[in-house]
Amino acid sequence: MRTLTFASRNTKEITRDILTLIFGIAFPIVLLLLLSAINKGIPEGYGPDLFEISKLAPGITVFGLSFLTLFSSMIIAKDRTTSFVLRLFTSPLKPSEFILGYTLPLIPMALIQTAVCYICALFLGLPFSVNLLVAAIVNLPIALVFIALGLLFGSVFNEKAVGGISGALLTNLSAWFSNIWFDTSMVGGAFKTVAHAVNAARSAVAGDFAAIFPDLWWVIGYAVVLLAAAVTVFAVKLKKN
Amino acid sequence: MEAIKTKALTKKFKEKTAVDNLELTVHEGELYALLGVNGAGKSTTIKMLSCLTQPTSGDARLMGHSIVSDTSSVKALINVSPQETAVAAKLSVRENLEFIARIYGSNKKEARQKALDMIEKFNMDEIERSKAATLSGGWQRRLSIAMALITEPEILFLDEPTLGLDVLARRELWHLIERLKGKMTIILTTHYLEEAESLSDRIGIMSRGVLLAEGTAAELKAEAGTDDFEEAFIRITEEAVK
Repeated sequence: MRTLTFASRNTKEITRDILTLIFGIAFPIVLLLLLSAINKGIPEGYGPDLFEISKLAPGITVFGLSFLTLFSSMIIAKDRTTSFVLRLFTSPLKPSEFILGYTLPLIPMALIQTAVCYICALFLGLPFSVNLLVAAIVNLPIALVFIALGLLFGSVFNEKAVGGISGALLTNLSAWFSNIWFDTSMVGGAFKTVAHAVNAARSAVAGDFAAIFPDLWWVIGYAVVLLAAAVTVFAVKLKKN
Repeated sequence: MEAIKTKALTKKFKEKTAVDNLELTVHEGELYALLGVNGAGKSTTIKMLSCLTQPTSGDARLMGHSIVSDTSSVKALINVSPQETAVAAKLSVRENLEFIARIYGSNKKEARQKALDMIEKFNMDEIERSKAATLSGGWQRRLSIAMALITEPEILFLDEPTLGLDVLARRELWHLIERLKGKMTIILTTHYLEEAESLSDRIGIMSRGVLLAEGTAAELKAEAGTDDFEEAFIRITEEAVK
């Protein structure tokens, strides 16, 4: 119950910030519309097929999820700056309840983001199928990766630094490495690895369910490691204060 | 009964000793002020007593519970109003109060009733729907104390409660704190000597992590051989530095 109470408070704090709605929902949609328009202007057979809606939409949903890092890191960093977290540390809340309370509100947010992106993509020509529901489920572990990164950053850095790291650096890296702009397999190495999330989402949309898992295992692995790291760092911080 | 009893309570940060073998006893229902210049060890003492940081050695018992081995029992009977206002910025006054009541175990109905009681007690009716971020420093501080009181703590820690407030807001908070006297044990840290003198039952003066002297304001003035409390504080602190 305490976890849900804390999660409810965090939901209010995040959703009452208008920038959250702009960055979380509107910006990915604008990007989707813009890149679709660019794609339409390219003569058939001349441009990269990355901008086709069936490939673009899953990529944009994953890019949109990178803003979850900003939201989760900002709320923790703010709570630390204002000493609100100090007040909570003296309460009966346990470290696991803290982490869950910060994580839970962002899961429905991730689903809403994904749904809005795919609904928009339907209007841009993406065929409706049950695959989109699978793609939404595939996005959940991807969302956890971004949330866990935010929990880590928010526990370590201050509010100002977190804005730069999560807001500018991470969202740019996510965009560049996510296979939206160029085929990262042409570059190889680390670039190829970080594109697992988008590949899994694309396989889901294409209905190629067998192809989801090699990539999704990587994502789930990242999520587990990062969440464990976030819980550890937060608990250490709590103890050290 | 003793509300707080520390035994050789010590906190070291690498080579620096922030609190050194502190022996402190605070009686139930007492308002005890901890005074000291910056770096005296007041806030570290409060942090240890409120289970925010573990002592390097020693222990303290709050209503009989150890801050080292029984932190969950200690946390259930204390509350803290930290130095910063520590309110949830985008929550309204009422939401802030209900939130704290609920994480301490009240159900929705009880939390709502407790929040309404606090709003009435603290004359916050007009601002109950205002977001905390939009409130003045004085109102935020008032809300912060109400959030600490809503859980009906047996021991309340007020860490620099009037820091940064104007004279009027400070006086208002003094009246508020005066009304709490006797209802619970209160530990107050402050830089304002007149605040400690007028509000406290007893005062402890700390310097460099050590409790130099304690007693009522009158006893401390007599000990220092002066009628002026500020002068007494300076003499006691300077004597220790020599």
